[in-house]
Amino acid sequence: MAIPTPADCRFTKEHEWVRLAEDGTAIFGITDYAQDSLGDVVFVELPAPGTQVKQGETFGVVESVKAASDLYAPLSGEVIERNEALEQSPELINRDPYGAGWMIKVRPADLSELSQLLDAAAYDQLTASLH
Amino acid sequence: MTQTAPPPAPPALKRTPLYQVHLHLGARMVPFGGWEMPVQYPTGVLAEHHAVRERAGLFDIGHMGQLRFEGPDAREFLQWITTNDVARLEVGAAQYSLLCNEAGGILDDVIVYRLAETRYMMVVNAANTDSDQAWIEQQLQRPGRGVQPERVAFERLSPPRTLLALQGPRSLEVLQRLTPVPLGSLRYYHALESTVAAVPTAIARTGYTGERGYELSFDGAQAVHVWHALLEAGKDVGVIPCGLGARDTLRLEAGMALYSHELTVETNPYEAGLERVVHLEKGEFVGAAALRAIHAAGPTRRLVGIELLGPGVLRPEYPILEHATGGAVIGRLTSGAPSPTLRKSIGMGYVPLQFATPGTEVGVEIRGRPHAARVVTLPFYRRATAAASEQPRKAG
Repeated sequence: MAIPTPADCRFTKEHEWVRLAEDGTAIFGITDYAQDSLGDVVFVELPAPGTQVKQGETFGVVESVKAASDLYAPLSGEVIERNEALEQSPELINRDPYGAGWMIKVRPADLSELSQLLDAAAYDQLTASLH
Repeated sequence: MTQTAPPPAPPALKRTPLYQVHLHLGARMVPFGGWEMPVQYPTGVLAEHHAVRERAGLFDIGHMGQLRFEGPDAREFLQWITTNDVARLEVGAAQYSLLCNEAGGILDDVIVYRLAETRYMMVVNAANTDSDQAWIEQQLQRPGRGVQPERVAFERLSPPRTLLALQGPRSLEVLQRLTPVPLGSLRYYHALESTVAAVPTAIARTGYTGERGYELSFDGAQAVHVWHALLEAGKDVGVIPCGLGARDTLRLEAGMALYSHELTVETNPYEAGLERVVHLEKGEFVGAAALRAIHAAGPTRRLVGIELLGPGVLRPEYPILEHATGGAVIGRLTSGAPSPTLRKSIGMGYVPLQFATPGTEVGVEIRGRPHAARVVTLPFYRRATAAASEQPRKAG
């Protein structure tokens, strides 16, 4: 049932992913491991366009039935867009965490920050060690 | 350097006879009241919640305590230790009740079942089973009301006795397939003894969900057999196993109190909205004097339902504020969760009387910011087609 970890993403140890789009913008979301641990997502609080986010710092909150969890930014930058579909359909995060469940689009401030993140193989090793 | 002895390991969590079954089903297990229980299955809390409202769900509630009281003075002893009027209980009837201490503080909320002329069963909360049993044994040493201890047989039945709950609008039809006696005439808050899947069972029409449902008490050695029989019998109806996560969202929507949240030893029945289960006119009982005084003085705060007016989630301990935009803290939520059926977030909490009127706008602080909320009547959810006698016993 687990979704294969996309090779085109980079990952934080806190289970967020980032994917760079062709136009140089970065998309953030949470991983399949994260959505599975959380359970049914019922609400997500995301920053408005124009907000500055900083790598390693919280950029929002995701709430499941049981608990609220902070979201940590994989990269620094300015928020360009947030996924408004999540307001009506937070369950997209559970169903399609790497696709329709994307959270925010950011204009990255410093791509060298990518070196701080895990690639797919390293992320898979991390989650394997957590079981 | 002196070395202090390491603290003793906490006692291992208890497991019901269905523990391996839950693991096999892929349940996520959590500690609850000293037991390791399923909080959800791979279906998830929301799907399990909806299953109960739309069809039926099966819960393992074997963690709850079952106590037996039998003998010529069993009734009077129950009168002594509980707040409700046991004399009203006919054979085959049940009542929601409270155990209160001498100060009128609530030790536990319980259901008392009269299964035969002088035979009663009490179901108590898992976390309180040991302390309730000890307290009851203590009361049995020097009871009031003319009770003679040797005329009361008191014992704990669980384990090995266990408990399952089948809850939902289709629960009758499913249970009937496994039970030889007609269940259609078993009224709400009544019980009978028969068999389920050929296993002798006390079948009670009680529950913690706000839907029609049944709680089944039987020998835990048969738990796996009965569990699978119920799921098999309910397969075409779409009965699924449901965990404690759904149990909490269901009972909250139904406005039912949870011990250690809405009810604690620091709360009295009047502020909790449970005056209907305190029968001061029945004479002396443990806590009666204090409860008389509290009743006469009137409560200074009241348990209310609260709904969040915008998006977000209410949770236990969140501060309740004077205004939608801020102001003084007037209380804290005792419970809070998303309401899957009502599609908003709901909670309960104690507020000063002047805020307790339904419709009152208040605030709730979430992550340091005030959010608009409103006091509402309980229950939040009521099954539209149910007869009046089937309404859940509301908490406030």
